[in-house]
Amino acid sequence: MGVKEVSRPKLTFWEQTYVPQIFGGLRITFTHFFRNLFIHIAHRFGRLRDTRAGATIQYPEELRPLMSRYRSRHRLTVRDDGTPRCVGCMLCETVCPAKCITIVPAEHPDPHVEKYPVRFDIDLGICVYCGYCVEVCPEDAIRMDTGILDLAAYSREAMQLDIHELMNPELRKPVSDCDLHFPHQCALAGGDLKGSWEGVHES
Amino acid sequence: MIDLLIKLVLTSFVLFLVLNLAGLHTWVERKQSALSQDRIGANRAPILGFRMFGLFHGIADALKMFTKEDIVPAGADRTLHLLAPFFSVFFALLAFAAIPFGDRLIVGDRVIVLQIANIDAALLYVFAMLSLGIYGVILAGFASRNNLAILGGIRATAQMISYEIALGISIIGVVMVYGTMNLSEMVRAQGQMIGGWIPLWGIVTQPVAFFIFLTAALALTKRLPFDLPEAESEIVGYFVEYSGMKFGMFFLTDFLETIVVACLATTLFFGGWQVPFLAPDGFHFPWGAEIPVSNWLYALLGFASFSVKCLIFLFVFMQVRWTLPRFRYDQLMSLGWKGLFPISVVNIVVTALVLILIREAT
Repeated sequence: MGVKEVSRPKLTFWEQTYVPQIFGGLRITFTHFFRNLFIHIAHRFGRLRDTRAGATIQYPEELRPLMSRYRSRHRLTVRDDGTPRCVGCMLCETVCPAKCITIVPAEHPDPHVEKYPVRFDIDLGICVYCGYCVEVCPEDAIRMDTGILDLAAYSREAMQLDIHELMNPELRKPVSDCDLHFPHQCALAGGDLKGSWEGVHES
Repeated sequence: MIDLLIKLVLTSFVLFLVLNLAGLHTWVERKQSALSQDRIGANRAPILGFRMFGLFHGIADALKMFTKEDIVPAGADRTLHLLAPFFSVFFALLAFAAIPFGDRLIVGDRVIVLQIANIDAALLYVFAMLSLGIYGVILAGFASRNNLAILGGIRATAQMISYEIALGISIIGVVMVYGTMNLSEMVRAQGQMIGGWIPLWGIVTQPVAFFIFLTAALALTKRLPFDLPEAESEIVGYFVEYSGMKFGMFFLTDFLETIVVACLATTLFFGGWQVPFLAPDGFHFPWGAEIPVSNWLYALLGFASFSVKCLIFLFVFMQVRWTLPRFRYDQLMSLGWKGLFPISVVNIVVTALVLILIREAT
């Protein structure tokens, strides 16, 4: 086994007294202290707004800037008439490594569109945020660009997003009313179909 | 009777000031460390939406300490376990009795000395109290029936032996220069001027002693870079088995001792309540100008001078605490025994020689 000699640097007498290091350290902390104090006071008077006085990001009020490709909570994109772009091809459900997507497709009244999702559920408690569903989608129907990071809930059930929350990222559980423009098996109204194609066809 | 009342007022004044300052110190600690580390610091304890720069965190802390469960470990010595935090706080507070925080106030024909107790051996008294404070620490370690706590207590003892001697010897030089152990007298002696311009403060006459005192005093406060007895983060200190307000009292003691040390450094080395060029009847500047000062303003100026110097010391101590890493156990001992102790002895010899030479010359 090879032996490597590590030469320890010999401290000079001046260094052994700790004095230069102590004062050097104090100089750094004092500089930071007074600089930040000055900037904080300037902020109070509305000056130097673009200079930050600390690296702290005060989270709930202030969000860290996200990269455009950051994978945050999913959403389903919609057509101009308010129906989902999803055509129920099941590619995302198939590719999902965590098997967190559940789709129930149904026949679409428009002959040019094959199917539409009656149900589209994502269990965020299982999702691994790999983004494969976004990549595989042929219709650009699912994206992960909501910028929502505070994904926390008190129960596993509350982590399951249904189509209401996916189509409208502003919604949070519990969703009280179904406002979808197409028939789907809505659990909110006791399983009765709510919404219709009528308004959609007119537009 | 009226004398007793005056003493009572003075005592409550000092207690009020010191305890509040200690409470405020938690805020200073949070904010100052935050600023020097480019952070914002605690600001999440608003009252009615007013954050006040996080000032209310101290109140929140106190509420938390008082309402937390107070646990005495099984098999611990209950009496000693209870006594230890009280010992710590008690002796730290007692030390303030001898510190003069102002000159005197004349009300009617009565002269009120702004000091709780004018003791002739005040210096010895203060150091005795500070040394007794270590008993609280050792008792806490001993009574907890916890190996780590005992080790913390033993570290505290070893640390005390290392710094206490240097601390004691460093101030002998000051005592030699001013020829008194009475802190009031010592402050009064520091009011003289060298050549009419430079005040005869301890820092001028005993600069070496000042730095030794400062180092040893930092060790006395049991805070970084000498926080071996506590060392919350890694090696676990003497108060592991304390919770609730008993822990809070140890915490308070730390801040109290810091304030005592700042007061002592001010009194011994920075002229206590002395304001340069200020005599009881007004300012006498060396270029001949004179500004008369009333009796009340004189007392107030003295107190303000003392407070400002103390606060500056507290500020510097805090900055040192947030700058330096902890000394290793052996480094601390060798610093105390091989560094500070010989230097302070040499300082005494040199001071004695200089004093004799000055006396021969005059």
